[in-house]
Amino acid sequence: MIVAGCDVGSLTAKVVILEEEKILGSSVIRGGIKPDQSAEDALEIAVESAGIRRDRIDYAVGTGYGKDLIGFVAETESEIVCHAKGAKWNLPEVKMLVDIGGQDAKVIRLDEEGEVARYIYNDKCASGTGRFLEVMAEALEIPLDQMGEIGEQSTETIRISNQCVIFAESEVISLVNEGRKTTDIVKALHVAMANRVASLARSIGLDDIVAMSGGVAKNRGVFDALSEGLALPLHHLDKVDPQLNGALGAALIAAGKSGLSIR
Amino acid sequence: MTLTAGCDVGSLTTKAVIMDDKAVKSSALIKSKSNPEASARQAMAEAMEKAGVTESELSNVIGTGYGREKIPFVTDVKSEISCHARGAKWLLPSIKTIIDIGGQDCKIIRIDDQGEVVRFVTNDKCASGTGRFLEVMAKALYMDISELGDLNRKSNSPVTLTSTCTVWAQADIVKFIHSGIPVEDIGAGINLAMAKRVSTLVNSVQPEKEVCMTGGVAKNRGVTSLMEKLLGFRLKPIRRADPQLVGAIGAALFGRNR
Repeated sequence: MIVAGCDVGSLTAKVVILEEEKILGSSVIRGGIKPDQSAEDALEIAVESAGIRRDRIDYAVGTGYGKDLIGFVAETESEIVCHAKGAKWNLPEVKMLVDIGGQDAKVIRLDEEGEVARYIYNDKCASGTGRFLEVMAEALEIPLDQMGEIGEQSTETIRISNQCVIFAESEVISLVNEGRKTTDIVKALHVAMANRVASLARSIGLDDIVAMSGGVAKNRGVFDALSEGLALPLHHLDKVDPQLNGALGAALIAAGKSGLSIR
Repeated sequence: MTLTAGCDVGSLTTKAVIMDDKAVKSSALIKSKSNPEASARQAMAEAMEKAGVTESELSNVIGTGYGREKIPFVTDVKSEISCHARGAKWLLPSIKTIIDIGGQDCKIIRIDDQGEVVRFVTNDKCASGTGRFLEVMAKALYMDISELGDLNRKSNSPVTLTSTCTVWAQADIVKFIHSGIPVEDIGAGINLAMAKRVSTLVNSVQPEKEVCMTGGVAKNRGVTSLMEKLLGFRLKPIRRADPQLVGAIGAALFGRNR
């Protein structure tokens, strides 16, 4: 039985292909303007990495912002449910998941069975989403994927006082003009980002076993700062790229339902 | 004849005004530099030159605005709230509520019959509803911020911005441009989003009439006319001075009788 999950986010499209809960192949691509095409492209790459033919996929579930436009899925499921499912599979004892995507941030609390107990979502304000880091990386003229390492070299503590992305960007430019070191500014940005997400998490009540997913989970600086901000050791979802968590959850849901499609 | 000056160092612009006992003698408005002191000095120098006065002839110079603590040559400093209240009351004696939209904030100030501040609300946490929002949007449309105001008259179907956040709205604008929507419809949608956001803040202080608007955005007719519609009453226009100078005028007034 081979199944697929496809997560079409605002910035990227992700596909995970599973066979009996074993990951056969996956893909993460930068999405274009057309979500349907991004999903097709992501599927093609995942199929190739799995070394199978596309028609071997028995059932597929879609999720994410563009889920209704994916052509090849039999059904769709909410991101919240998919993320909870993916996290539970990765880390069975997980109680809470923080997912930071390119244009949103979600915090989900799971019950003993791994069902969604509570959740909160920010897609209204760019602060505390991946976009925050993207804007800052551009302002500092550094690669986004190296921010984690750059921040680790910080020696002096700076505090970023603005939460708003627009105002924080001006603050960063002023700090650069004052001659502050990029490493210190990056560290300060990681802390600012983490504080914002930590307060979102606290608003639904903290639980002890917290994991992080989404593209931002790959940034060590934010990961460590969030751990500190929550005063809890944060867990990695290390069985799979944290950016694939939603697509993985969709694939797991597909696996649970695939029996239906064969009959 | 006493001469006083007010210097309002804002995040985006710096304003200086020179007043005698009766009226505004001269004024200057420049783009703020990274150094508030340099901004203040340049604006003051321009205003003094226009009025034909020297620094020693000024009995008092009062500083206000975001950079007020960094101007070394002032006699005293006053908060922006009190300067806007004082300036607006002097320009329009019947005024009770002042909506000031600055480069990086938005303030709604309620004053009593004597011109004393009774209450105020400020948004300086989020760029939405501040001058910065319009600045970012104008840039995304490749136009000057002063051109935005006229677009409402030319538009029949303003676009709807799905998000309040300046960052997301900017992304919306780019999508609108790519899908070939006329620039006047996009610009009108921007003014509408701005007017909605500010009106919500205005309503939170239970505005009392008369109401006026100060700051650069007061010159954007698109925003002011939409705000009148949303609020359900007219805004009293400031005709005796540039609405952007109200804070500096208030500061200069504080310099009298010291």
